[in-house]
Amino acid sequence: MLTIRSLNVSYGDSQVLWDVHLDVPPGQVVCLLGRNGVGKTTLLKCIMGLLPPRAGSITFYDQELTVLSPDERARCGIGYVPQGRDIFPDLTVYENLRLGLVARGVSNGMIPDEIFQRFPVLQTMLSRKGGLLSGGQQQQLAIARALVPQPTLLLLDEPTEGIQPSIILDIEESIQRLKQEGHMAILLVEQYLDFARRLADHIYVMEQGTIVLEGRMQELQEDAVKRYLAV
Amino acid sequence: MKHSPAWKKVLIPGSILAVLLLIGLPLLNTLGVLSDYYLNLFGKYLALAILALGMDLIWGYAGILSLGQAIFFGCGAYAMGMYLMLQSSGQGVYGERIPDFMVWNRVTTLPLFWKPFQYFPLAVLLALAIPAVAACIFGVLTFRRRVSGTYFAILTQAMAFATWLMCNRNEMNLGGTNGLTDFKSLFGVSLNTPSTLRVLYLVTALCLVGSFMACKWLVSSKMGLVLTAMRDQEQRLRFLGYPIAQYKIFIFALAAALAGLSGALYAPQVGIITPSQIGVLPSLEVVVWVATGGRGTLIGALLGAVGINAARSLLTAYYPEWWPIILGGLFVGVVILFPDGLVGIPNQLRQRLRRTRASLFERTVPDSFPSPSGRGV
Amino acid sequence: MEKQGSIVYLEDITVSFDGFQVLRGVDFYVDRGELRALIGPNGAGKTTLLDVICGKVKPATGRVIFGDHTDLTTLEEHEITMLGIGRKFQTPSVFKHLTLVENLTLALHQPRGVWSTLFGAVGTTQMDKIAPALATLGLLEKAHHKAGSLAHGEMQWLEIGMVIVQEPALFLLDEPVAGMTKDERERTGQLLQRLAQDHAVLVVEHDMEFVRQTAHRVTVLHEGSILCEGSVDMVQRDPRVVEVYLGRGHKVDAHDPQS
Repeated sequence: MLTIRSLNVSYGDSQVLWDVHLDVPPGQVVCLLGRNGVGKTTLLKCIMGLLPPRAGSITFYDQELTVLSPDERARCGIGYVPQGRDIFPDLTVYENLRLGLVARGVSNGMIPDEIFQRFPVLQTMLSRKGGLLSGGQQQQLAIARALVPQPTLLLLDEPTEGIQPSIILDIEESIQRLKQEGHMAILLVEQYLDFARRLADHIYVMEQGTIVLEGRMQELQEDAVKRYLAV
Repeated sequence: MKHSPAWKKVLIPGSILAVLLLIGLPLLNTLGVLSDYYLNLFGKYLALAILALGMDLIWGYAGILSLGQAIFFGCGAYAMGMYLMLQSSGQGVYGERIPDFMVWNRVTTLPLFWKPFQYFPLAVLLALAIPAVAACIFGVLTFRRRVSGTYFAILTQAMAFATWLMCNRNEMNLGGTNGLTDFKSLFGVSLNTPSTLRVLYLVTALCLVGSFMACKWLVSSKMGLVLTAMRDQEQRLRFLGYPIAQYKIFIFALAAALAGLSGALYAPQVGIITPSQIGVLPSLEVVVWVATGGRGTLIGALLGAVGINAARSLLTAYYPEWWPIILGGLFVGVVILFPDGLVGIPNQLRQRLRRTRASLFERTVPDSFPSPSGRGV
Repeated sequence: MEKQGSIVYLEDITVSFDGFQVLRGVDFYVDRGELRALIGPNGAGKTTLLDVICGKVKPATGRVIFGDHTDLTTLEEHEITMLGIGRKFQTPSVFKHLTLVENLTLALHQPRGVWSTLFGAVGTTQMDKIAPALATLGLLEKAHHKAGSLAHGEMQWLEIGMVIVQEPALFLLDEPVAGMTKDERERTGQLLQRLAQDHAVLVVEHDMEFVRQTAHRVTVLHEGSILCEGSVDMVQRDPRVVEVYLGRGHKVDAHDPQS
């Protein structure tokens, strides 16, 4: 469903992504692993349209994404949770969630109950301004907001960062359920191998801006993966 | 040795500037290429450039937007103006040692606050000290209370307006709306001769080169680092242990002193100082000079000040009604088209060229799944 | 372990935001030479507790005693920092337009007054202090890159580095290993353990494996009050902690990056 071919991205004069090829099949969870600074976040940003590629293509259900602006890509059904609690501090929790609907172009829709089941704490503070939430609560809000419009492809950049263990288990359960339903594909950047291992169907390991290892979860050699994550 | 990188950053541009302004222009004047009139005009521009330097320090580097720098300019200009007026007194219609306008207002003795300005050294000292002290007081009242950003800007604008109102009043004994004028001589030499004006030009140019080098040294030192960090994330700097208010007061007072110097050099070259030069509009103009030239570069402030004032001299000769519109349009143009100012234009063009070049060598979509290239592994 | 006396003691601290009580009469202390972990659900008040210590938030009631008798609640943020408290924030807050060397130069332990800054040397003479710090962080090759070009995790390291060169007596670290691989966490953990030998370290974290590796004691905060306090094992077994924080499916740590 998402096909990336020969993607090359630069920041100014320095190249950060080299000939990246990646596939996310529909309804599957693909995990991106790698040390700090190898280009994982850059790749997600590029898919979302926040960074222009120097060369290469990104296709989403036969639609070439590189010619679309980020908001157009969102309307195609791509959801994005960037690293670092990116919510609107001056809007309330409810308004932040509703924005998820607006992004998809469905501003009259309702916020699904499932969201509140997964993140019960959000329901208790619907009228609280986003900026007054704790860091971890903001991260929960960011994920919830991306889930509200029921995207077909979800890009998650370190979603568990700063979230308490019990909620992480809940998020894991939600993702498992989404996998079973088969409607949503997920491209996940994660540092917690255990979490990734339990969820991912396919793994790509990145090093210095390119994919160095990939394979189905069960087939990958533990040592090979560990080698690229070692300091 | 440890300071050599900083010294290079200071000496090289400083020397170029010195050669251009202290040797180049006067030479052209001696050779008759540049008329005395234009040299004098340049002298005024260079005085204003010192004002712009201070503005760039507080706005371009420290991130403090002051819409009242003309107040401090006025302090310096009035200080020098008062000295010059007292020099000319007794040579006017009424032949007494107090300024003519006071005689008209039936003031019979020189007010106390005028007395220090009979002496040149005191006048110069006060031209720099009064703005600096005023800025310190204002800074203590605002920066220590964490007033910043838009609120601070509005307060400075209010101060500019209040100062303008005050100086307009005859009771202030500062010449009212007419200001201080009719300066006749300086050190016994007539102010209106080309040779005096040439000397004034040289003094101004020297002050400008000196101020520029001092500012350049400042921003290349650790102070420059702290100021940039302060502009970037003031709170973070606070949690690194820096007393933010002290730094803001310091740089604000320094910029005020520069503004005072600018005024003191400007007044004798122009021959008049009025309240219209110390209010809200002149303060806003300083911002436009620095924005157009390029914030945070120092040289941009110089370019902006000289460039815009030169443009104004040129354009108001032919289209005086259009000048405010052109000035406003310039500001809008800077914001929309070239936010880094004139100094940033080469860089902008370079980036645009790079982008055009990138899109010319269009992205290729391969037909088959190629094998990964040699990077990595 | 000999009794050394606390480096910071919070007494009856109450903080309210917008009518909502974030901290309710909390009594809390950290010993010298201790590495304490502060854990708890999102919104329990952990970051707020750190904010109270470093002066970012002024409590409605209570005192914060640093050392023997200095009440921090009467001081300004920069004064508190200069007393010897270094803070790393939850979201990396480094100076993005400055290089790594410049960031560290600002943080170095030296006088902060206007005059010392005017006549202080920049960068090169202090490379002897900065270079080792960068080497420990693994960021030496990027010494002259702008901090804004770093990856998220690298920015965390830079900020940790900035706190280290401040040479504080008390480290306040808010989620120092967020966004790091297991190996990177281990290295950071070792670094913190070294620091705890002569300093006090207070860490807010969610990674229980990291907490187990590094912490001497753990305090659990829940809804603005201390739920329990003790060794890592004791806390992990406490049913209340499992209920509100660790989660019932928590046989193996959710955050366990075992491989």
